[in-house]
Amino acid sequence: MPELVKERDKFADHLLCSGHTACPGCGQALAARLVVRAAGRNVIIVNSTGCLEIFTSKYPESAWEVPWLHSLFQNTAAVASGVEAALKVIGRLDKVRVIAQGGDGSTFDIGFGAISGMFERGHDILYVCYDNEAYMNTGIQRSGSTPTFARTTTSPPGKVSLGNLRPKKDLPQIAAAHGIPYVAIASVGYPMDLDRKIRKALSIRGPKYVQIHVPCPLGWGTEPSKTIDYARLAVNTGLCPLIEIEDGVKTAIKIPARVPVEEYLKGQTRFRHLLEGTGRKEEIAEIQRMADRNIEVYDLIAK
Amino acid sequence: MKITLGTVTKPGGSRANKTGAWRTSVKPRFLQKNCIGCDVCALSCPEGCIFGTGQRTYYANEDFCKGCGICANVCPVHDIEMIPEGGEDA
Amino acid sequence: MLKGKMIQGCRAIAEAVTLCRPRVISAYPITPQTLIVEELASMVAEGELDTEFINVEGEHSAASLVLGASATGVRVFTATSSQGLLYMAEVVFNIAGMRLPVVMVNANRSLSAPLNIWNDQQDSISMRDSGWIQLYAENNQEACDLVFQAYRIAEDHRVMLPVMVCVDGFVLPHAFEVVDLPSQKEIDAYLPPYQPIYKLDPDDPLTMGAFAEPDKYMEARYMIQRTMEASVPIIEEVGREFKRAFGRAAGGLFEKYRVDDASTVVVALGSMAGTTKDVVDDLRNKGQKVGVLRLITYRPLPQEALYEALKGAQNIVVIEKALSLGGSAPLAVELRSVFHGRPAPPRISGFVIGLGGRDVTVDDLKYAIEKAQQQLVDMEFIGLRTDLELEGVNA
Repeated sequence: MPELVKERDKFADHLLCSGHTACPGCGQALAARLVVRAAGRNVIIVNSTGCLEIFTSKYPESAWEVPWLHSLFQNTAAVASGVEAALKVIGRLDKVRVIAQGGDGSTFDIGFGAISGMFERGHDILYVCYDNEAYMNTGIQRSGSTPTFARTTTSPPGKVSLGNLRPKKDLPQIAAAHGIPYVAIASVGYPMDLDRKIRKALSIRGPKYVQIHVPCPLGWGTEPSKTIDYARLAVNTGLCPLIEIEDGVKTAIKIPARVPVEEYLKGQTRFRHLLEGTGRKEEIAEIQRMADRNIEVYDLIAK
Repeated sequence: MKITLGTVTKPGGSRANKTGAWRTSVKPRFLQKNCIGCDVCALSCPEGCIFGTGQRTYYANEDFCKGCGICANVCPVHDIEMIPEGGEDA
Repeated sequence: MLKGKMIQGCRAIAEAVTLCRPRVISAYPITPQTLIVEELASMVAEGELDTEFINVEGEHSAASLVLGASATGVRVFTATSSQGLLYMAEVVFNIAGMRLPVVMVNANRSLSAPLNIWNDQQDSISMRDSGWIQLYAENNQEACDLVFQAYRIAEDHRVMLPVMVCVDGFVLPHAFEVVDLPSQKEIDAYLPPYQPIYKLDPDDPLTMGAFAEPDKYMEARYMIQRTMEASVPIIEEVGREFKRAFGRAAGGLFEKYRVDDASTVVVALGSMAGTTKDVVDDLRNKGQKVGVLRLITYRPLPQEALYEALKGAQNIVVIEKALSLGGSAPLAVELRSVFHGRPAPPRISGFVIGLGGRDVTVDDLKYAIEKAQQQLVDMEFIGLRTDLELEGVNA
């Protein structure tokens, strides 16, 4: 091993460092690492209860090299509002950035009210949602972000059920409806785009919302080595549109290589009930319609 | 070990937890042959345990690598392969 | 001639809070705390209070916001009541567990259901397990003085626990009283700037709120219990020091009114102790040896001090504006355990009174005292109406 590299083996540069207990191939761990890498050291992170909090903060082994606080499940945005207010009164808000982060559970559902309040009050906080589409930390239960027909333990398919029947809550649009300066959807499948969006968000004053689509090998039933592949497939079907909404103006990255939704659904255990046997053609068509609608609404195909 | 007020803890303690012990079957081998130094493997590692400073210098710290295989999967020039645990050093 | 000015309780409390220089305030309005928050807002708007004053969407967020600000190393303040206190309950426990010196004023009010906005102490009593120090004010003067002392106690590095100052809703915040408020200079001398032990700061990064596995959690909770026990003498000392600095008694563990030679002692929390003192004077005039011990520090429960103060009595008459449904009168039960296993314990009777804002009358108190002198009463509701049909009970 080259000596040059050994010198560079500086773990302290990694602000979310190794030794955390995420599952191998965890999309959220990767995304969180990329977020704090983009944010740098001059940041205070408030984290909700969830996988990310649990696998990085088992006393006394913390994986965080930046100031970090975990309080409860539903209050992340409110706690972050307090951190921001304190930084403001001591005159450090210009240099120190505040990030509030959590999974889709604490963002879409239980913490929704607090986030809305934070957006409405105009706090200078970046809210990052790691969206793996279910309450993963407690064992894969359905959330407001769980896509239609996905299997979760509280929306299992069975003799009289096809899994979760409700569509995904459109939280980015809800965030934009608050009139905040920046909203974005990113994907851990495209790390440089994710990095760009985090840096951009942090350069803006006021509330920001970035939702990062992250596969969960355990919850989705995907190969750990294919986490980035599945994240890219979600983008390339149109199901995960990489949009930005800046002061109400929507832009989107064109789909690099369009694929039908079945390419994305197959290989995910949570959708297996749609593909077994002759397959549930109508349900797959419905998912395809959702993808098509995104493509149309956000203009995702290059002309 | 001390229990602090409010279980406040200092940064970086997780490095005491050598998650490399989680590997059961495979680990990455960096061929350092076709490597173009794009840094994508290091960027894509959920553990943050891949390091490198340019072409053909990348490796995974085996104390922490969980053997997930993302790096081998994303390398654009296929310069990383997953080999059986117990094979040569990366 | 009373020193001070005629002022409404809510305004006095707001001015007391202002003197303590909290940097971040967040509170959600709920009757009967609302006026306190409105006065604070008004003071901010007039430039009399230099603070980040944040209107949030609910009490859970109000408590969370001050948690975050306190963790970032600044002095904070919040206020609530009743349903609001219950709504923020998980955050209240969280703040104590995280050892953040938050100070809160709770305007005591009853609990739904049925909905009732008037005074009793069910709200704060139901939060007695939370790890917060609880201090109960008799009048608005003491309410203000307890706010000053609360910050002294909370921010003491030997304590580092949040403090709840309880004021009987409507009875105190809405009433006009003569209150003497110290000057800013006096309070600055009394209350130095907050020095956190741990805080969120990129220059010295820390992880706060880590989770503790079974092999560590119990110790963390034990630490809070031990700290609360050890804070009893600290609370006493803060009370004594306050008297030296400002020339009047306020705070401390309890106030003894004609207790030392009393054979019957009434124990009460908050403003109703004032009425009880009048009853005591009346009965004393008739030759009875009665006194009232007004408990000020309810948490931590100052067990040894209570034992010493009450051991000479034959009858303890506990009157409380709270109830543990399905159990008993909470304070009476706790006092019985103070005397459990001790020689010749007094007879301790429990009475529930004044729930939902029903007046605590002199006659009610005399009834309770007389009854307790004749027999041991486990728990009796005083002044229950006999003219109503109660479905499932007597109808």
